[in-house]
Amino acid sequence: MSYRILIVDDEPNIVISLEYLMKKEGFQVAVATDGEAALQQALSFLPDLILLDIMMPKKSGFEVCQALRADPALAAVKIIMLTAKGRETEVAKGLALGADAYITKPFSTKDLVLQIKSLLG
Amino acid sequence: MKAKFRFMVAACVLGLLMTGPFALTAVLLLADAKDAERAAFAEFLIPRLPLGGLMTLLGFIGGLILLRSLFQQYVHGLLRMAETLRLMLGANRNFRVAPEGPPEVRELARAANDLAQQRDELLNDVEEQIRSAKATVEEEKNRLAALMSELAMGVIVCNLDGRILLYNSRARLQFKALSQGPTSMSGGALIGLGRSIFSILERGQITHSLENIQQRLRKGSAEPTANFITSTRGGQLLRAQMAPVLGSAERAENLGNPPGPLSEKGGDEVSSQAAPAQGVSATTMVGAELHVTGYVLTIENITRNFEREAERDQALQALTDGNRAALGNIRAAVETLLDSPEMETDTRERFTRVIADEAAAMSSKLEATMSRFADSLKTRWPLEDVLGIDILAAAARRIEDRLQLPIKHEDQDTELWMRVDSFALIQAITFLASRLQDHYAIRELRLRLSAEGRMVFVDLIWSGTTISSETLYTWELEPMTVGVETSPLTLRDVIDRHGGEIWYQRDKAVHSAFFRIVLPAAVTPEAPATDQAQHLHSDSRPEYYDFDLFATRDAAGSGIDPERRLTDLAYSVFDTETTGLQPSAGDEIIQLGAVRIVNNRLLRQEIFDQLVDPVIPLKPEGIPIHGITEAMVNGQPKLDAVLPAFHEFCAETVLVAHNAAFDMRFFQLKEDSLGVRFTQPVLDTLLLSAVLHPNQESHRLESIAERLGINVIGRHTALGDAYVTGEVFLKMIPLLADMGIVTLRQALDASQQTWFARVKY
Repeated sequence: MSYRILIVDDEPNIVISLEYLMKKEGFQVAVATDGEAALQQALSFLPDLILLDIMMPKKSGFEVCQALRADPALAAVKIIMLTAKGRETEVAKGLALGADAYITKPFSTKDLVLQIKSLLG
Repeated sequence: MKAKFRFMVAACVLGLLMTGPFALTAVLLLADAKDAERAAFAEFLIPRLPLGGLMTLLGFIGGLILLRSLFQQYVHGLLRMAETLRLMLGANRNFRVAPEGPPEVRELARAANDLAQQRDELLNDVEEQIRSAKATVEEEKNRLAALMSELAMGVIVCNLDGRILLYNSRARLQFKALSQGPTSMSGGALIGLGRSIFSILERGQITHSLENIQQRLRKGSAEPTANFITSTRGGQLLRAQMAPVLGSAERAENLGNPPGPLSEKGGDEVSSQAAPAQGVSATTMVGAELHVTGYVLTIENITRNFEREAERDQALQALTDGNRAALGNIRAAVETLLDSPEMETDTRERFTRVIADEAAAMSSKLEATMSRFADSLKTRWPLEDVLGIDILAAAARRIEDRLQLPIKHEDQDTELWMRVDSFALIQAITFLASRLQDHYAIRELRLRLSAEGRMVFVDLIWSGTTISSETLYTWELEPMTVGVETSPLTLRDVIDRHGGEIWYQRDKAVHSAFFRIVLPAAVTPEAPATDQAQHLHSDSRPEYYDFDLFATRDAAGSGIDPERRLTDLAYSVFDTETTGLQPSAGDEIIQLGAVRIVNNRLLRQEIFDQLVDPVIPLKPEGIPIHGITEAMVNGQPKLDAVLPAFHEFCAETVLVAHNAAFDMRFFQLKEDSLGVRFTQPVLDTLLLSAVLHPNQESHRLESIAERLGINVIGRHTALGDAYVTGEVFLKMIPLLADMGIVTLRQALDASQQTWFARVKY
């Protein structure tokens, strides 16, 4: 059984690359383009890992992350924050709110894939 | 008993002694004798009586002469010597007693002269010392004055009550430039000796900075100064540095009680802020060598630099973070393309388009950023390095004080320095505490301080109640209010200003929750106390700190107590020019001039001089008197703008005018419509002149000035007359004192009693 990845980002131009990349690695992929959709997808699609952007309409990535972590049913989901906010304090906030990894844009696709694989074990 | 009277008595006694025994014997013999014996006795005696009388008289005269000479030598001689000694005591120090008369008196005179000589030597010595001390002080004053006037920064020295004791011309110019409104108050906004600094700078900021300085002093910091940025009413941004002026240990003891809380002195402006002020007073008591008697503020207007810096910063931000996403998209697309040679053509095309789109977007973003460079944007505030536990201690004090919420400190790293705007940060912490208390009724708050890498964590921890993270998101965006205090900033503003973050976290294991504020750690922790710190309270401190600015602290105090001495009060001496002499018949003020008197000096720099557009036409007959024409008043501000400004100029001073009833009547007629009320005591030089010289015919200003020997120049301009009135008033103060009129109340009462007081306009 292949892993399920949920991509949460409101920018189609990054989604296209991420989607292609994940499919190429043999993952099942779903996409959400805002925070609320992300929470719904998390419950219905039941992903193993979520690639989560921070700056999004409706709910920010921080809020989504906190909500996900508040739900015991989703405790096992890995979260990688993928964002253009690169300040040290924001990285700290992401990790404190329960993200497993925090990757700043621009990033190397190879590193991203490696990171995902290592998280999924 | 007068000497002359005593001489008479002595002469009588002498007379009695010489005649008494003989007469008594004669009477006794006569009483004892028989008639025949008596007749024989009389027969024998009577013819010889003239001889006996003559001899007695001669003896009496001889005795008198002797008595008189003794009196001359001893009694009068001593009296004369006493007068001479009195003369030496008062008028003429160099006078000496002439040693004359009998040896005993001469000896006394010599002893007195020796004593006088010794006294003279001592006095000369003291005078010499005073002279040299004065010269030193004068030299230091000049040095300070030169230094201050050369400085490109504004310098203001205040005592702990916030009274201005000293300022330089740059400070005056800076605040003058900042002053708003239509009037050309040449004293700068409200800068003046004895005035309150709080009319210019926010009290909370000053108090907070003083607290910081106290804490640093207590730790023996090498740099017990504080910096803050403040914005003025006009929206200008000022950077101020505060350095303490320290009193010596003896002085601290002499002062005994440190200054009372500001609330006792500062009048109505204080009440809402009294609590932190008390805090300051309390901290001044710690350790005599740390006694702060006031502070020096150096002030720089940084509005322009600041805007420029902020814009540059924004541009940089836009160019870096703003392009991260686009660059990320491009990089991901390119790398995917390179790694996927098997990709189908139309997919490949979509990827290529992403790259093209994003590149185009980046270009236009770059253009937009460059064009936006000129716009002024949100400002970033300079931060200062503070020891973390100091901030927490200050926040704890504030929370306990304002909210009565107990604070506990837990796991605080005492070595951590952070780079913060401490005033805003403490406000933020207090705000969070107040919200937690209001909404979740927490009973205790714990403050924790830790660090990780270059980040400092400030945690506000409470037990039991949990909240939702949405709550914090809402709080972040509200203006921070604690009780009646409202900050224009939101919690988010404060966090952003520090480049920090805040979030809500739970610690399920111990059933507690906390807010974590992440702040940048200070890169260069302050060096530990070195001997540099000593210079502030040792003999080698900079010399221009040495002279005693702080003696004026009471003289310049606020609030006008009628029991205070006339010499100690601050005055605004003013005069008006008007269209005519009948305020109630529609005459109007056309010029208002005033000058301040502080510490018995007429401050010619601190003046108010303003023409006023009376709205009604000027009367032609008045123009030759005041020399003010229609052209001069046209376009000038109207009284509704000038009078409030004048009211502010006069705040906390006694008003002085010649024939004040006349001018005050003009003000009173406007009080209701303009909403300014002149409630301070008013002294009238016309009435005071009548008190001093009730028999003089004229109490016109010229006549009084002439009587008191004052040169009159520039009369019949409001400011010119105010100058003359001020000088007249200063000359009157000692004359009034001679009449026993020393306090303000006495002066007011005496004025009331003169008949001039009955003249009403």
